[in-house]
Amino acid sequence: MTDTSNSGPVLAADGRPLKASLNRALRRQKLRAMLLIAPLLIFIMITFVVPIGQMLFRSVENQIVSDVLPRTTQMLVEWDASSGDAPDNTVFAALTKDLMVAVEKKQHTRLGSRLNYETTGVSSLFRKSGRKVDDMGEGYTDQFVALDPTWADPVFWADLMEAPSAADALPQTTDAYNAFASTIISEDEKDPRAEQPWHTVYLSLHQDLTADPAADVSGLPAEVAAAQAVAGGFASEDLAASYIKIDKDWGTVETWQTIQTYSPKFTNGYFLNAVDMQKSPDGAEWRPEDQQIYLTLFVRTMIMSMTITISCILLGYPVAWLLANLPMRQANLLMILVLLPFWTSLLVRTSAWKVLLQQQGVINDIVVWLGLVADDNRLALINNATGTIIAMTHILLPFMILPLYSVMKTIPPAYLRAAKSLGATNWTAFWRVYFPQSVPGIGAGSILVFILSIGYYITPEIVGGTKGVFISNRIAYHISSSLNWGLAAALGAILLAVVLLLYWAYDRIVGIDNVKLGG
Amino acid sequence: MKLTTTLMASTAMVMAGTSAFADAHMASEMTIVSWGGAYSASQKAAYHDPYSEANGVTIVNDESSAEAVAKLRAMSEAGNVTWDVVDVVAADAIRLCDEGLALEIDFDTQLANGDDGSTASEDFGDLLVSDCFIPQIVYSTTAGYRTDLVGDTPPTSICAMFDLEAYPGMRSLEKRPINNMEWALLCDGVAKADVYDVLETEAGQSQAFAKLDTIKDNVVWWSAGADTPQLLADGEVIMGTTYNGRLFALIEEQNQPVGMLWDAQVFDLDGWIIPTGLSPEREARALDYVKFATDTQRLADQAMYISYGPARASSAPLVGQHATLGIDMAQHMPTDPENAKNTFLYNYEWWADYRDDLDAKFQAWLSQ
Repeated sequence: MTDTSNSGPVLAADGRPLKASLNRALRRQKLRAMLLIAPLLIFIMITFVVPIGQMLFRSVENQIVSDVLPRTTQMLVEWDASSGDAPDNTVFAALTKDLMVAVEKKQHTRLGSRLNYETTGVSSLFRKSGRKVDDMGEGYTDQFVALDPTWADPVFWADLMEAPSAADALPQTTDAYNAFASTIISEDEKDPRAEQPWHTVYLSLHQDLTADPAADVSGLPAEVAAAQAVAGGFASEDLAASYIKIDKDWGTVETWQTIQTYSPKFTNGYFLNAVDMQKSPDGAEWRPEDQQIYLTLFVRTMIMSMTITISCILLGYPVAWLLANLPMRQANLLMILVLLPFWTSLLVRTSAWKVLLQQQGVINDIVVWLGLVADDNRLALINNATGTIIAMTHILLPFMILPLYSVMKTIPPAYLRAAKSLGATNWTAFWRVYFPQSVPGIGAGSILVFILSIGYYITPEIVGGTKGVFISNRIAYHISSSLNWGLAAALGAILLAVVLLLYWAYDRIVGIDNVKLGG
Repeated sequence: MKLTTTLMASTAMVMAGTSAFADAHMASEMTIVSWGGAYSASQKAAYHDPYSEANGVTIVNDESSAEAVAKLRAMSEAGNVTWDVVDVVAADAIRLCDEGLALEIDFDTQLANGDDGSTASEDFGDLLVSDCFIPQIVYSTTAGYRTDLVGDTPPTSICAMFDLEAYPGMRSLEKRPINNMEWALLCDGVAKADVYDVLETEAGQSQAFAKLDTIKDNVVWWSAGADTPQLLADGEVIMGTTYNGRLFALIEEQNQPVGMLWDAQVFDLDGWIIPTGLSPEREARALDYVKFATDTQRLADQAMYISYGPARASSAPLVGQHATLGIDMAQHMPTDPENAKNTFLYNYEWWADYRDDLDAKFQAWLSQ
């Protein structure tokens, strides 16, 4: 009785409150359990989650443009595409400086390939310009050197750029010189003190000296002041004209608009592409109809995968029932027949279907021989959606039969007998008693077959012709052929999202607890 | 004590043994990537075996050329390039070079001079389409037809492909715009010189698709080089395009009733690239190998095993007989004057620009 009057917390043996003590013990238990699964968890994280995450990240990643063209993209912020004119010479000067570095680092052609996904022709535009960029700005170099040969001296340049006030008085020159120096050190392992700077450095010097003819250059060698006095009178070089001479595309708004649109470090461009849209100055818009393909393919992939799943259920259910109900000996034999395709190479099976299904193939020969169809009107069973459905149903059938079998095996035959003895017809006994108990097997099999089939691409490629290919075929193409990994990642991300959505829907409608792989 | 001495002595001998063969500055093992099948076999006989015999190098063959571009990019991103020399088609080589994944080659200093005294760049001539690409063979994509299924007048022009009245039946074409668009325009009355100019315009592209539309229902589209030979052999199609070497094998080795239609064959190149990012030893070994494998005699040797033309001009006179069939190979080369009466040269630069765009349109057209 005295205990109840004590209003304090219940204490454990060591004097701590019982609640805290219990929590502690539970925490320790959880920790121990965590440590036990830690190896697997870390393994899955490293080999599965991280790579997939990295791949998906590519669908928005777009650093390459601003990394390769840092000065140009900055200058382009202020350029207005709706003016209808290509940017002026200052942007071309920035482009020259960026390209000069990019060519040395061999990045310009990569950027060209990247932007060519958006605008046709950019690939060769960058390749061609890269070959000629080292002549750009030569006029300025000649004029400075003609003024005073000291300007050609690498040591003079290195000393000039090391002067404390150089960065303030000649900001663009310092930037261009640093780019020159660091690039030749890292790419060619040359000493900047032994190499005459690129023309872009002279070009920048001219820009600096003419931008503010009264700038304070007193802290710098006398040559700078001398050049400052006459730089305004130098013949200026029309860089824009030189670039347009290399390729007229440099003069079009479209080229520059592409660079401007894809300047940000991250882009939704790949995702728009993946749903048949594109970026435009007025936001997202549909692609021209003759380029729309991905939505069709997504829908087709879903519809055909469902068809394949349903055909697997229809064909697999009776087989699984036989497996579960035949005597051991026959059941084992049947089981081997079900598993046999598992042990045959996917390519062999798919090629075998080709031999069977083609117009001069076994099946057509038989139906013609039987007189069911005319010889000149043979059935088109392959190189279309029918071919894909037939071949993939066959390939994925074991994934339906095995879960169904393991669930049916656990349904006691006595239930059916009991139902019948209580007056049920065969059909009622099956439909009301047996079938509901096998539903978890159908659920597990369907999920397996459906998810496997939306990812298939080898079989559709071989037997699918043009109407039987899946979205995964385009993903494979972009990964291995066009190297447009960003678009491939975006397509993959959408596919993943759709699957998760369907999984969620399945959980809501059927319930994921209601899925069994056995027992 | 004695054991140690013996061990040390044998180690020394092993080391002396290897260095007698392999230069200490070069790797003693290399992985060469190619296409597999008869093609890899011809390379093994003509290049790999003589080279490893002369230099004591172990050569590992990898058959991944079809995915070479993607795999090289992945390897390079992972910082672990395991291939030393890779066989790719010219278009892929250009892509790899653009991506900075292939080493730039100085043809005149890093390759052997021709047997006739010409420098490498003179000997290969126009076939040097990229700074990173060492051409090896000239192959062509051309058409073959079933001699027993095309009636009394066998086709003599590529336009038979588009002529359903004279040659009813199925045909097989590659599942990509390249070549098909050009042939469609040629057969729609566009002059050969103007094909790419026309194809650059929207109207020209529509014209090509319209021409392809006329046979669309009668085409089986292939994506593997082995498809057309199989389709021809089974009588699934009456004519179809594939690589000339595949048709040679079908006609001469398998004796199928198939004829070659060399008209408007499209020349393409296959050759070597060396990946960037190799260690100095492996790079030196790879360069040494390609110098050996692309000299005049070696290129001519490969033609003994497969009907692809050597890329060096100086190799052409050395082409002999097939190693097992004993037939003269010169007349089966795509470059033979008799076969090359009307040829079409794949425009690499143009397709590098238009491939992405036209491929999207082509795939959309296919799925309509």
